[in-house]
Amino acid sequence: MADAKNMVYLALQNNEDARPIIEAIEEDNPHAVINHFPAMVKIDAVGKLIVRRETVEEKIGREWDPQEIHISLVSLSGNVIEDDDEFGVERDN
Amino acid sequence: MSRKLNLRERYQRMTRDLAWEPSYQSKSDIYPQMEFEGIKIEDWDKWEDPFRLTMDSYWKYQAEKERKLYSIIDAFAQNNGHMNVTDARYVNALKLFLTGVSPLEYAAHRGFAMVGRQFPGAGAQVACQMQSIDELRHVQTQIHTISHYNKYFNGFHDFRHMHDRVWYLSVPKSFFDDAMSAGPFEFITAISFSFEYVLTNLLFMPFMSGAAFNGDMATVTFGFSAQSDESRHMTLGLEVIKFMAEQHPDNIPIIQGWIDKWFWRGYRLLTLVGMMMDYMLPKKVMSWREAWEIYFEQNGGALFEDLARYGLRMPKYWEQTIEGKDHITHQAWGIFYNYTHAAAFHTWMPDNEEMDWLSAKYPDSFDQYYRPRFEHWREQAEAGNRFYNPTLPMLCQTCQIPMGFTEPGDPTTIGFRASDFEGNRYHFCSDGCKDIFDNEPQKFCQAWMPVHQIYQGNCGGATVPEVLDWYHLNFGVDNFDYEQSPDKKNWDKWKGQAAEEPEAPDEAA
Amino acid sequence: MQIDIKTADIKPIRNTFDHVARRLGKDKPASRYQEATFDIQPETNFHYRPLWDPEHLLYDRRRTAIEMEDWYTFRDPRQYYYGSWTITRSRQQDHMEKNFAFFEKRRLVEVMPAEWRDKVATLLVPIRHAEYTANLNNCYMSAYGYGTAITQACLYAGLDHLGIAQYLTRIGLAVGDGDTAVLDAAKVAWIGDETWQPLRKLCEDLLVTKDWFELFVAQNLVLDGLLYPLAYDRFDRVISRHGGSALAMLTDFALEWFGESSRWVDATLKTAAAESDQNKAQIEQWANAWSTRVIEALTPIAVAEFGAEGEATLAEIRAELVTRAKKKSGLDLQ
Repeated sequence: MADAKNMVYLALQNNEDARPIIEAIEEDNPHAVINHFPAMVKIDAVGKLIVRRETVEEKIGREWDPQEIHISLVSLSGNVIEDDDEFGVERDN
Repeated sequence: MSRKLNLRERYQRMTRDLAWEPSYQSKSDIYPQMEFEGIKIEDWDKWEDPFRLTMDSYWKYQAEKERKLYSIIDAFAQNNGHMNVTDARYVNALKLFLTGVSPLEYAAHRGFAMVGRQFPGAGAQVACQMQSIDELRHVQTQIHTISHYNKYFNGFHDFRHMHDRVWYLSVPKSFFDDAMSAGPFEFITAISFSFEYVLTNLLFMPFMSGAAFNGDMATVTFGFSAQSDESRHMTLGLEVIKFMAEQHPDNIPIIQGWIDKWFWRGYRLLTLVGMMMDYMLPKKVMSWREAWEIYFEQNGGALFEDLARYGLRMPKYWEQTIEGKDHITHQAWGIFYNYTHAAAFHTWMPDNEEMDWLSAKYPDSFDQYYRPRFEHWREQAEAGNRFYNPTLPMLCQTCQIPMGFTEPGDPTTIGFRASDFEGNRYHFCSDGCKDIFDNEPQKFCQAWMPVHQIYQGNCGGATVPEVLDWYHLNFGVDNFDYEQSPDKKNWDKWKGQAAEEPEAPDEAA
Repeated sequence: MQIDIKTADIKPIRNTFDHVARRLGKDKPASRYQEATFDIQPETNFHYRPLWDPEHLLYDRRRTAIEMEDWYTFRDPRQYYYGSWTITRSRQQDHMEKNFAFFEKRRLVEVMPAEWRDKVATLLVPIRHAEYTANLNNCYMSAYGYGTAITQACLYAGLDHLGIAQYLTRIGLAVGDGDTAVLDAAKVAWIGDETWQPLRKLCEDLLVTKDWFELFVAQNLVLDGLLYPLAYDRFDRVISRHGGSALAMLTDFALEWFGESSRWVDATLKTAAAESDQNKAQIEQWANAWSTRVIEALTPIAVAEFGAEGEATLAEIRAELVTRAKKKSGLDLQ
């Protein structure tokens, strides 16, 4: 199945800092599946997962640099895409 | 005013733009290790930066992580957090971690400093140096986290000394010595790709989830804090392999050879982790078999699909690991049970509930091959005949694990291979290990084999107590079964005392 | 249910690791620096000789002419382990962020006289390439040096130099008001301009220096010890006098760092020199030889910065280095 070859994920700590990021991911990636583990949230998707600066900023009420995700990231799978406005992973087999 | 630079351009100005083509000294004198492995790099500028942290951002985000981590470590120590673990058997997993894994973080720190200097591309240099400092972070935060356990439990007290001498610790030590003694391209393929990308989840998830499930909040915190560094390391691993593959078709067979070698060495090294997951956690996370299915069979499958476009394939002997997942952890635990008298952590036989869990998780192997022997050993121990193996095991020359693994497809026959080299015969546990030796016999014949060294008289003496003394292993304290250990006595005392009237605070606490 | 276990009699059975206790003389609580530093590097029973250096072991004392009974005699007076180093730097970088933001917000680039903006662009910014060299050199020391006490500090220093190279890059962008032309011109000058060739040659010579302790002396004592007072102190003051005082906000990190790092460099050399007459003589020989070469390399830059006073300024700085080396490390330099 083509989908299985293109699975990507982001795993984040399940704490206060990461909460708005997780919410932003849910909002901007309707195809994503959220899995809960002890102290960690693993978000799986086919093809692509994007964290948008704008969406996170809306939720936290201040400016947010996508690089701040480094504080909460636990693990990832896929090719990293990164610019001033977003951070994400993708795969296209 | 000119337009603001975007992230990519800005980062390039901050890193690769700092470098220049030398003319007063030759490039091959400044970077002398670039040719000897046969890897061809035509254009270092094609390197895609896997992540783009300038030093100011690095300091900012890492400092935030450090502040959080250390305040939790402090709170853990202040509140006697070690009392919250499920039971003190769990602490033996940490002993294995500090003596076996933490020194590897240090090795990675020095190894990445080496490649961070030897690669001619500034983008690659910076990424490797950042990994070097991250690995130093890991060893030091691990020491600081586990320092508290050292104060209350045995077996942690001389971890550095033990790593360089104790028989089962030559397994991880030789793994990283192998990588560091290799050239820079092999090192980075071995560690960044094979270890930090393909297999990393199989090291970290078991230990960290094991910690979470067993009430060890300090290790959990350390684990998650380190994992965010790991995500950078994973992206470096992937970029490295793509870069080398894209630079020249001649690189492909060399890379494939390294992928084959390091997958197998990594798989063998992870035996210890699998054993920990299945046998050393009072509260289990998942079985090794399940972990291998998720993190290698599924995840790894997707990864190698990605790489197929370069002409790279799944590592050699990967099918054997599918078969092996039903067996290796039980075989390893059996080995340690035999040699508990010479190990710096305790062992035990699983109780009935644990045996039933193992039966359920290993429906094709546990009841057929391992439960009978474990029940027999348990009976013997209860009858006062606790068996300890009085001779020393034969080690595989490559992975250095005692030869307790079995033939693929036949779990009743020990796997046994041999090669002759310059008048000596060498022994291996598998085709994978034999192939590694046969490709570089002049390297692998050099290994400091713990059992050979004991027999040659280089390890303190001719008796087990003398050798253990040389290991700095405290006899009757660090070794033998958990049930009779000082760790258990202390644990019961502390847990028992907790229900009594509180006494005056102790200034040593 | 959590009973108050804090006050129960849960005594530790030891205070620290045995290898730390051996160094402290007894089992007592150890500092984070001590636990993170002592004996962490392996010293024995290596499995394979490096393919890239078969004459030596993986970690080998013989990669330098300096000899120490115990490589953990070295201590970092700042007691940096990863956590304390990172947290200290993050505070400094926070300060620098505010400075850069202030500079940009207040358009301070327009306050600087054009002639002096130009001097910053042509005489300070190209130094970022020398800072990059310092990064690679300290990385070399960290990789091939001996003992965690020194090697961890070398990696911190290497990354500090990368940080300074990046601040200089930002200064280049700031004085160019965002235009990358300043950086491009600085690089062209570094490659071909006669003012910079002696320093560039020196940098390339450093990159092929094999003895990692010699490299420590050449880079961390001599080159830093002469270049930093020249560029970030003397030159900075001249710029300030001519209306460029805002620049000091942007070079602040480099100057502060130099003072801090010098304490570590001085303590390290003091320990090595005190160990034996041979060590002392070797360090002095290296320092004197490299001082002559560094002075030669910096002279055209000093002249470009100070004109007729350039050579005298350098001579003054060299004299200060000699005094510092005597006072802080017990070394007799020329």
